[in-house]
Amino acid sequence: MKNIFVLVKQVPDTETKIIPKADGSYVEVTNIKWIMNPYDEFAVEQSLLIKTAFPECNVTVVRVGTVSDNECLRTAMAMGADDAILVESEGLIDSFTTAKAIKGAIEKSGRTPDLILSGKQAIDDDALQVPQLLAGLMNLPSVSVVVGFEVAGNVVKLKREVEGGSIEIYELNAPLVVACNKGLNTPRYASLPGIMKAKKKPLAQYKLSDVGVSASDTKVKYHGFQLPPEKPAGKKFDAMDDAKAGAIVKDVVGLLRNEAKVI
Amino acid sequence: MDFSLSSEQKEYQELALKFAKNEMIPNAAKFDESGEFPKEIFEKAWQAGLLNTCVPVEYGGAGFSNLDAVLIGECLAYGCMGMNSSMMANDLALLPIVIAGTAEQKKKFLTPFTEKFLLASFCLTEPENGSDAAGIKTSIVDKGDHYEVNGNKMWITNGGYADLYVVYGTKDASLKNKGISCVVVPKGTAGIEIGKKEDKLGHRASDTRAITFNKVKVPKENLLGKEGEGWQIAMKTLDHSRPLVAASAVGGAQRAMDLAVKYALERKQFGKSISEFQAVQFMLAEMGMRTEASRMLVYQAAWMADQKIRNTKVASIAKAMASDGLMQTATDAVQIYGGYGYSKEYPIEKIFRDAKLLQIYEGTSQIQRMVIARELLRSN
Amino acid sequence: MAKILIVSELNQSSLPKSVTIEILGKCKGHQIDVAFVGAGPSEAGSKMLAEYGAQNILVLKSDKLSSYSCEGYSAAVKEVAKSGGYHYIFTGATAAGKDYFPRLSAELQTGLASDVTNFTWEGDKFFGTRPFFAGKCLAKVEMQGSGPHLISIRPNALGMPTEKAAAAGAGKVSDTAVNVSEVKALVKSIIKAASSKVDLTEANVIVSGGRAMKNAENFKILDELADVIGATVGASRAAVDSGFAPHAMQVGQTGKTVSPSLYIACGISGSIQHLAGMRTSKVIVAVNTDPEAPIFTRADYGIVGDLFKIVPILTKEFKALLGK
Repeated sequence: MKNIFVLVKQVPDTETKIIPKADGSYVEVTNIKWIMNPYDEFAVEQSLLIKTAFPECNVTVVRVGTVSDNECLRTAMAMGADDAILVESEGLIDSFTTAKAIKGAIEKSGRTPDLILSGKQAIDDDALQVPQLLAGLMNLPSVSVVVGFEVAGNVVKLKREVEGGSIEIYELNAPLVVACNKGLNTPRYASLPGIMKAKKKPLAQYKLSDVGVSASDTKVKYHGFQLPPEKPAGKKFDAMDDAKAGAIVKDVVGLLRNEAKVI
Repeated sequence: MDFSLSSEQKEYQELALKFAKNEMIPNAAKFDESGEFPKEIFEKAWQAGLLNTCVPVEYGGAGFSNLDAVLIGECLAYGCMGMNSSMMANDLALLPIVIAGTAEQKKKFLTPFTEKFLLASFCLTEPENGSDAAGIKTSIVDKGDHYEVNGNKMWITNGGYADLYVVYGTKDASLKNKGISCVVVPKGTAGIEIGKKEDKLGHRASDTRAITFNKVKVPKENLLGKEGEGWQIAMKTLDHSRPLVAASAVGGAQRAMDLAVKYALERKQFGKSISEFQAVQFMLAEMGMRTEASRMLVYQAAWMADQKIRNTKVASIAKAMASDGLMQTATDAVQIYGGYGYSKEYPIEKIFRDAKLLQIYEGTSQIQRMVIARELLRSN
Repeated sequence: MAKILIVSELNQSSLPKSVTIEILGKCKGHQIDVAFVGAGPSEAGSKMLAEYGAQNILVLKSDKLSSYSCEGYSAAVKEVAKSGGYHYIFTGATAAGKDYFPRLSAELQTGLASDVTNFTWEGDKFFGTRPFFAGKCLAKVEMQGSGPHLISIRPNALGMPTEKAAAAGAGKVSDTAVNVSEVKALVKSIIKAASSKVDLTEANVIVSGGRAMKNAENFKILDELADVIGATVGASRAAVDSGFAPHAMQVGQTGKTVSPSLYIACGISGSIQHLAGMRTSKVIVAVNTDPEAPIFTRADYGIVGDLFKIVPILTKEFKALLGK
């Protein structure tokens, strides 16, 4: 294990109130509190755990996004990543463009990846595409929704969570792409000394055109952002009085069958 | 005049706030209820570098400015004022060593705090001497090859867990502040008697005890500064720590205000959100006025300390404004919550109890007014 | 008329997963083939597909397709995608669909609209809608460039078609040999979950518990209710973070996004993150002691009461209703 690349994305905090732009082109991004995509934290932590076992390992964090809000790359370096690459892009771009940009950035770094880690999804577009797309573009195998991770030499053992909580076990040779899920580890805090050290760590900056991306790489266009329709108010029953609870619940069960017709 | 924070300072804040939200807020009620000491949380905070920020870089610390420490403390108090008391107490105890210690003393006493998670206690207050701190009776007497410490200390934060105690005593109580000296007493020294944990109204996660020093032998090299310089050291320490305590009040007030705003938007009465009632809006507006004004005062006091400008008056104004403001904000926040605010089911009740201590410790609101008045009168 | 391929999966009774039928219903009037990877459906399954308009049912075969793999499935579908000349290829946004369709997008160099919850046709052009920010907002999605365009559909989102196709498709089943080269990431073994229930993301009925469940042990009252109505049990983030339930059960923005027909929330206050994850449920029932809990703003039927009293009565009443 020599070179680990970790893909990170800056996303609005989960408590953010999302307001579509008036022209529907995206959502309002001013006054948003940005955080590192929570699933990416597991990927960063995993890279650092591997680095502890393989101290010669270099961890590079890669992000595609705007220059103005680059905190998540700093945070990843403050947690312990060695360097960072930012591919500058403005506005909303699709997964194909993102994956292609990341591929270009990794190639430009001149280092051959042994492992590429990312979160299983970004909580803004929830597309769940980039890690597998990147693996496809780079002709590497990939395993997603990973909750268990062991490295022995060049062999990686993974646990992937599938439907109903079953676990698939994988064992394969690096290089590969791994998309991490919650439960894999407990991400460390970027320590205060780490924050100070991160200032001195290198951050390479490229434009989309530098990494071989063009307008024709846009395969999916998003527009017409709007709030979901509000539901009309439902029926509310007060069943705090034990004596009435039985009859009320019976009524609700009846409504589910006869009015809502879901049972 | 530039009010903007550096990008590093914003990152410190972000980290501290994240720690407060992830580690402190979810556990605050539990430790408040049980009164247990959240040592694991403090250890995590230490790992993240959030403790002992005053330790200079040469001794392995972060060497943070007072303003940096204030920004961090504000966020930690947002998580839990009680836990923050304990975390802040470490800085309070280490500051006299930073201020008056020799290079050798700093290396010996400060560096271990950067190598592993340790706690410290600042021992000034006594059962009969709170506000009248210069009237302390604990004795520190020269016994030739060592000092002997005798006396009772009260309300000692981290008392039951401290790895070292910074103790103030006098060689002769009649000398008042001129007789006071300050020594470092390591944990486990014979004669340290640790009292039972105080059962308090608030700040219940913080460990507060009486400590008795009974013929405690202290090596001569543990004296900070010279004999009789203790009072000066204590006052310099308080110039640094007062903004920290005031910052804690600002953090607590911000939390109370955030909770009140959220609840006001959620709660419906008379068919509409209570946030639409002007009576509620005015309470929220005044919370905003007090909190923002206090924050500016606290930052100014910390900035002055960093610029080595005498901050006695501003620090006292900041401390009094922030803690009195916090008490009012917490009271109004409970009022907005109504009956639910009085219940332990909701977090505001604890903040209300925690708030009260901020008006008492580290110089009561009345003592702060005495200081402010003295400073005003002196300049004319 | 667009030429469409739906890649389906089998459920436990060797019938196509219901999301396939949902997609078939929405693509009525186009020329539709259905593909399975590895093993095909039962006779009843292919008959059902034909009734909803499937023309050819392709079973993609290779010795490397005996178990799921991202590379293998992607390679298999890629081959028929090219040879079949499809304009659109659909699948369900299931664990497998979410995993290999992005790889297919890379290999075909075409776009993927993932986790689409609704769509319409204008002639042969697809116009989709998909949630962003876990459903806090919706966006239109359009495919750019040449096809075949890839689309994954969230299970239960479209709804089952109310009627079968006017003219049944041929439903002709044929094995198609595909060439799958080396598969590097192959499942070595599987640890089966204790429960054989449908996954939350595909469940038609969900019973969820929040912080008010107080401990993990108490979830058994939800299990009892779930058993009666054939539901899968979920949990709020607060319950997961308190250690009452594993993360696999978490519904919400950092857990699973669900859209069942019936969602019963027990002792869940309804944080913005939780509401985002379950707001597309068709009917929501909430049980909570706090009449002001935000969950009630989303509930079709709200019961203000103590879940420890209400849930057992619900179980009893459903038992009586369903004759169990």
